[in-house]
Amino acid sequence: MEHYNMNLTLKVWRQKNKDDRGQFETYQVKNVSSEMSFLEMFDILNEELIREGKDPITFDHDCREGICGACSMYIDGRPHGPWHANTTCQLHMRAYKDGDTIVVEPWRAKAFPVIKDLMVDRSAFDRIIQSGGYISVNTGNPVDANAIPIEKDKADLAFANAACIGCGACVAACKNSSAMLFVSAKVSHLALLPQGDPERKDRAINMIAQMDKEGFGGCTNTGACEAVCPKEISISNIARLNSEYLRAGLTIDK
Amino acid sequence: MLNSRIPAGPLEDKWTDYKGHCKLVNPANKRSIEIIIIGTGLAGASAAAALGELGYKVKTFCFQDSPRRAHSIAAQGGINAAKNYQNDGDSVFRLFYDTIKGGDYRAREGNVHRLAEVSANIIDQCVAQGVPFAREYGGLLSNRSFGGTQVQRTFYAAGQTGQQLLIGAYQALERQVALGNVIQYSRHEMLDIVKIDGKARGIIARDLVTGQLERHFGHAVLLCSGGYGNVFYLSTNAMGSNVTAAWKAHVKGAYFGNPCYTQIHPTCIPVSGDHQSKLTLMSESLRNDGRIWVPKKQGDSRRPSEIPEDERDYYLERRYPAFGNLVPRDVASRAAKERCDAGYGVGTSKQAVYLDYAAAIERYGKIECRKLGIENPSADVVRKQGVAVVKEKYGNLFDMYEKITGENPYEVPMRIYPAVHYTMGGLWVDYELMTTVPGLYALGEANFSDHGANRLGASALMQGLADGYFVIPYTIGNYLADDIRTKPIPTTDPAFEAAEKEVRDRIEKLMNIKGKQTVESFHKRLGKIMWDKCGMARNEKGLQEAIVEIQQLKKEFWSDVRIPGGINEMNPELDKANRVADFIELGELMCKDALNRRESCGGHFREESQTEEGEAARDDNNFQYVAAWEFKADSQWELHKEALEFEVAKPSQRSYK
Repeated sequence: MEHYNMNLTLKVWRQKNKDDRGQFETYQVKNVSSEMSFLEMFDILNEELIREGKDPITFDHDCREGICGACSMYIDGRPHGPWHANTTCQLHMRAYKDGDTIVVEPWRAKAFPVIKDLMVDRSAFDRIIQSGGYISVNTGNPVDANAIPIEKDKADLAFANAACIGCGACVAACKNSSAMLFVSAKVSHLALLPQGDPERKDRAINMIAQMDKEGFGGCTNTGACEAVCPKEISISNIARLNSEYLRAGLTIDK
Repeated sequence: MLNSRIPAGPLEDKWTDYKGHCKLVNPANKRSIEIIIIGTGLAGASAAAALGELGYKVKTFCFQDSPRRAHSIAAQGGINAAKNYQNDGDSVFRLFYDTIKGGDYRAREGNVHRLAEVSANIIDQCVAQGVPFAREYGGLLSNRSFGGTQVQRTFYAAGQTGQQLLIGAYQALERQVALGNVIQYSRHEMLDIVKIDGKARGIIARDLVTGQLERHFGHAVLLCSGGYGNVFYLSTNAMGSNVTAAWKAHVKGAYFGNPCYTQIHPTCIPVSGDHQSKLTLMSESLRNDGRIWVPKKQGDSRRPSEIPEDERDYYLERRYPAFGNLVPRDVASRAAKERCDAGYGVGTSKQAVYLDYAAAIERYGKIECRKLGIENPSADVVRKQGVAVVKEKYGNLFDMYEKITGENPYEVPMRIYPAVHYTMGGLWVDYELMTTVPGLYALGEANFSDHGANRLGASALMQGLADGYFVIPYTIGNYLADDIRTKPIPTTDPAFEAAEKEVRDRIEKLMNIKGKQTVESFHKRLGKIMWDKCGMARNEKGLQEAIVEIQQLKKEFWSDVRIPGGINEMNPELDKANRVADFIELGELMCKDALNRRESCGGHFREESQTEEGEAARDDNNFQYVAAWEFKADSQWELHKEALEFEVAKPSQRSYK
């Protein structure tokens, strides 16, 4: 891979706190190496801002390995930037060339209020999980792990849905700010496993109710969520969620 | 001498006897007892869930925006358990023995045996929670092997086992939140322990969004705050991973055990430049199928594909035929460093070795063709089939490698180099996981207890969940049973006020320095000192220099650091400054500990102590002890020793040949 350096123009959303109106600021970043990650480019810009006595840009990040789900930048109109199946932290600067202008915003959704600059509050996702995204089993209760065989294909599919990192890109990409992909991944993960079966009706109903309560929008099947999901969670899960929800509504004995 | 309070009796009966005789707290009393848990990784989340289920009133704290993002999530390879599902000779004893030996005879037998005993329960628990482990076509669980073992006992979920286990524990935790048993505080950082009458009775935490300091009472406090690998600046840890909670506890009286024991993981993506903010691990599971090599010729600059088979040095297979590419991490790391230092390294930096999948792709391809009945397959067909198998096993790791380096690892061998990954050292705890401060516990990577001087792969997840799900629920009752009459102490108590004032003064002091250098630049300089002088190989002269350099750096930090922004607002630079200040103090202690330990053991390689073949030479006569350091005053510590006794696994020179 050839390495090269580039100069870039960044337009970054700055917002002091949740009550501030916020606005774009423009920055020039020089000598960015094509080997850097996108966040390392922000590190360098922040170091410069601090030296100049200015306020550095606040953004969420932690593992920088694409797995914790903390990073959340809306880059040139796309959550996590131009690469397919990728998180912001794994985006590398060889995606860009000298002279490019890059626009960076926070996730924008009513249920994800901005805390500062590019950092948003995603605690709504925790509350959705609290409403039913688990299997009720106390520590020490279980039977032997191999007591219930699970069809490999089903286990693999459950795993594919459990791969969701809860970053919220699906919500950010959706014109309705719907959280259906996130909720459907969790409902599918647990509904596909025999262990999740006893609670599946309540789970589907309660998680949807909490999702609505948090202020996420409805799903209109545009598929934007699937297109940007860093873990390639399939939109077919939304169909499964709908069927789980319908069936639960029709058959629940409550 | 420190008392580890290991129960008497035969090794295999200790834990059973303990559980049969420890004190219990009845359900009605549990409801009025409050427990504070710092950190929500595998240890913290599992402890919070288990204690919430028992009926205690629990509060959890994490600096991330959600408990689910704790760095346990990044663990890739797997989790060990002595299930012997593969019928290949595994047992509780063998897992115990491998762990003691892998730790180079520097861990406690009692703790490690308990860990091996509860390992099987962990897998049962996780499966019941819906953790989607890899399975065979018959529907039963699949296993693979990891370094330092000769059986297949590692359970896994592709290359993201940590994520799946953490989500399981997180979901159990969120269930307890929903049931009202746990209150969770995210974007909060613990900045001090509050002690009353010598016991841990609460914490001072800072809300990272508003900058406000908060006081929280607890009958007991559990530190599940992870390891301190970020003292090296570059490590595989998350950017936010820090030692602050453990360090505050240390300053308040908790001894620090074996701080110099750090694990340098052999298979990480090499450093690419000065901009580097962290290093990325390539799972140890890759050593199951990958072969590690360097050119036989020094400074060979040919492309890997141009180097014929007989001009390649598969140095691990050559030096350690019995374990080959699956030697423990410390051995593999040192061997890579040795080759690179001797001038055989590859890549532009020459600080890398190859991890090659060509042979595995061919081997799997041939098996697949046989399965599919393809006769005399062409090389292309074999390759295609082989790539598909490798993709299923390791696909996400290969994708990650390509994103970071821009190279396709199915086509060209990966370049890897060792990087700081895990810290075996941590707060000293007794058998009950209690530190030297009564009521203050440390679980998971935050304690020092189970891995000795080197941790085997797939054992960190095991220990975190063992401590949280199956150990602390018993041992904490033994302490709290005497505390049922203690009413919650109001946080207006002078001890809370004093602790809060101390925290406030320190933050103000930091903000008022208004110097010229950024927090990040100090952290980088500390990391360089630590890596150069307290890294993969240490010697007396280097360590003495490092101590002086760190003391110098500390002075400079406290007189010239620049922190922008204000106190009562979201200010990540201030959060970082708080952490780096603690890392600097820890760095000094690590060097002191490394200097004191004039032997090589596990991850701690003292150049003065090696065999003629360059292997690590342990000194059991003088150093068969845990070094537990008591904080006395700034830059002053007193060494306490806990002698290690081996009744069952008799120490021998580790050999993987």
